[in-house]
Amino acid sequence: MSENAFDLVIIGGGPGGYVAAIRAAQLGMSVACVEKRGTLGGTCLNVGCVPSKALLHSSELYEHTAHGLGDHGIKVDGVKLDLKGMMGRKDKIVSDFCNGIEFLLKKNKVTYIVGEGKITAVGKVDVKVGKKTQSLTAGKILIATGSEVTPLPGVDIDEKRIISSTGALALNKVPKKMVVIGGGVIGLELGSVWRRLGAEVEVIEFLDRLVPGMDAELAKTLQRSLKKQGVTFRLSHKVTSAKAGKSNVTMTVEPAAGGDAETVKADVVLVAIGRRPYSKGLGLEDLGVKLDGRGCIEVDHAFQSSVPGIYAIGDVIAGPMLAHKAEEDGVAAVECMAGQAGHVDYNLVPGIVYTAPEVASIGKSEEQLKEDGVEFAKGKFSFSANSRARANGDSEGFVKILADKTTDRVLGVHMIGADAGEMIHEAAAVMAFGGSAEDIARICHGHPTLSETTKEAALAIGSGTIHA
Amino acid sequence: MTTEIRVPVLGESITEATIGKWFKAVGEAITEGEPIVELETDKVTLEVPAPAGGALVEISVAEGETIDVGGLLGTINEGAAGAAAKTSPTPVEVTAPVAAPASAPAVQAPVTAGGMPLSPAVEKLVKENNLDASQITGTGKDGRLVKGDVLAFLSSGGAAAPVAAAPAAPSGPRPKSEREERVRMTRLRKRIAERLKEAQNTAAMLTTFNEVDMTAVMAARSTYRDAFEKKHGVRLGFMSFFVKACVLALQELPAVNAEIEGDDIVYKDYYDIGVAVGTPNGLVVPVLRDADELGFADVEKNIGELGRKARDGKLTLEEMNGGTFTITNGGVYGSLMSTPILNPPQSGILGMHKIQQRPMAVGNNIELRPMMYLAMSYDHRIVDGREAVTFLVRVKECLEDPQRIMLDL
Repeated sequence: MSENAFDLVIIGGGPGGYVAAIRAAQLGMSVACVEKRGTLGGTCLNVGCVPSKALLHSSELYEHTAHGLGDHGIKVDGVKLDLKGMMGRKDKIVSDFCNGIEFLLKKNKVTYIVGEGKITAVGKVDVKVGKKTQSLTAGKILIATGSEVTPLPGVDIDEKRIISSTGALALNKVPKKMVVIGGGVIGLELGSVWRRLGAEVEVIEFLDRLVPGMDAELAKTLQRSLKKQGVTFRLSHKVTSAKAGKSNVTMTVEPAAGGDAETVKADVVLVAIGRRPYSKGLGLEDLGVKLDGRGCIEVDHAFQSSVPGIYAIGDVIAGPMLAHKAEEDGVAAVECMAGQAGHVDYNLVPGIVYTAPEVASIGKSEEQLKEDGVEFAKGKFSFSANSRARANGDSEGFVKILADKTTDRVLGVHMIGADAGEMIHEAAAVMAFGGSAEDIARICHGHPTLSETTKEAALAIGSGTIHA
Repeated sequence: MTTEIRVPVLGESITEATIGKWFKAVGEAITEGEPIVELETDKVTLEVPAPAGGALVEISVAEGETIDVGGLLGTINEGAAGAAAKTSPTPVEVTAPVAAPASAPAVQAPVTAGGMPLSPAVEKLVKENNLDASQITGTGKDGRLVKGDVLAFLSSGGAAAPVAAAPAAPSGPRPKSEREERVRMTRLRKRIAERLKEAQNTAAMLTTFNEVDMTAVMAARSTYRDAFEKKHGVRLGFMSFFVKACVLALQELPAVNAEIEGDDIVYKDYYDIGVAVGTPNGLVVPVLRDADELGFADVEKNIGELGRKARDGKLTLEEMNGGTFTITNGGVYGSLMSTPILNPPQSGILGMHKIQQRPMAVGNNIELRPMMYLAMSYDHRIVDGREAVTFLVRVKECLEDPQRIMLDL
């Protein structure tokens, strides 16, 4: 076989792309993975999930050390922030990971090509590497080009004073005041980082609630908690313009429904209103690959686009824009290509917000069930009644389980509290097997663990809680 | 030392059997004499006891398969400890046997028909309601049962698994959650079906009707109930009256007690009356031998015992062979009138029905009388109309005036 011919060429080396590449290699395909960034891991690894979690943890430790150890009988003096060191740690974690993924591709004999891919015809991908062009022939092409920051008209991002999440992960100074435009996951997480490091943070959100799409009770509880931590909120408001001056940014803020504008100033403005699919430069229009109204590539249940032989996964197609969703897409798409029954259950993709307290959700929210006309029973249990949480001194939040009123089948689980992001997977496992709330209640949970809260929430639906 | 479990001799004309159910799984401990497998034949279902104690090391024939008399069913390792003995009740309320796992847990966990383990909530429901998990359709992952499946099964009147010791109970309606259910025909039912068709296809079968005023019988029963029970230790039922009445009539009309064999009519000088019993597995007809020589008490005793054995599935083949005439009673189920089907190769069958108060002409008056319709189906090839009608009249006369039985009139 020619060195430029592959069974599968994947354009994009993020979590969707590289995972699909490895799976395809496991299934015996010859695979090339084309990525223009210069490193693998996509948005997630380079300017998303991983660096943000590193900073979230570091900043949480900083705040805890500086202000939170007294309760534990630990006296601490002279805690200082070394922002450069914190960023350096984050950078090292990111680069270690990028190298790790390169190693994984090598181990699975996937050809990694650095360059910008363009589909010139069905079965043909041209990769621009500097001034040169490498032409590949592909049995199948998988587009995994992900997403980009959604721009806000009137607010031009310069990544210095008006920044996106990318800039927010690399500021070299703690801003005195930071305005976050957008009360979604990214805005709240990054806002939390800088608040902990000393910034005054204000969140301006267009809707009347935070984290749209998540269970409303979770959103309310999170807002209350962040407010207690010092974040101020301006809901139902929009930013119509932002101008970066020499030392700060001046914004025009109006009520979302229209009304009197006011001026708001900040040192740094973070634009976090969302992300949109990215498919520029691939040549899709010439090929006739159909996009939907939002710019997502339309695909069928086997992830094939309107043009046979061209597939797409991850943020560039519809569905939650999450790294783990992209990974599931990638595996399913490749398995479909191999004639297997690849499938993703989008109802069971957990959503996690890495604020403190953490938020985690899987399945349907109360609002969704009500809209669907499904009769459900609700069981809720607070961490304040959980021994481990109390012993840790971190007992904010609750676990809520929604189950079908007739069959007791678990339809949705929503948590807010320390480690919710880990705890949600118990729910995922039970729901994957069609389990009932009673099943959760009858599974032995270790003591003392936070997970007992999940058990009690399940008991609340059935025979009644024991510990409340 | 290993011992083979072989199919025992089952009866004169029986050459093969079908494996109905294994009571033990590979690896389980067995005691000598304990029933380990159930065999189904054309006539009867029987249990095969373990020839030795030890551990069941091999099952050679699976459920549903056929095996010849003398064939190898399985092997026992004598004296071996085997898997820890099961302490929970018989597999009847559990489900399709699953080979005991290598780590030998103390109790075999219930499973679905596909061998899937049950989740905690499902297991609780199945156990509490005595359900057979293999009979419930699972909608969970890989066909597992979810709690909703069991709840739906119960709410649609799904029946508890038939337990061997229970009396013949009408089984529940089919679950609403399925449009269809495919259940393998037991060997016994298949054979019953064949014989019924055989009867219809061979005999020139007709039915003649009459009615009987049960006042006299009921009076005799109420007058002598306590004395009878005290002396004979068994209740004075209706069946003894009917059996004796039939014997008398059969003695007068021998054609009804005969059978056709090739070109011959075989007249019999013995009166073996079959009494039909309904069981969950189907209708079986144990036979009262030499009913002409039995007193009322003996008839009642024997019928009681045969009925019990029938419902327990413990009738032997000898107990069901060779009847000359049959009595069936649809009245216990509420039937007012029916056309019973012959029990080949017999030439006659009497159908009893529900006793119901009806206004009857008695002399010039109308009185309420406890009436029962009688039906007699007969093979017109050897029983002619006059004989059939006379037979039934004679039975009626004996019942309406039981002294006739005593006086042989």
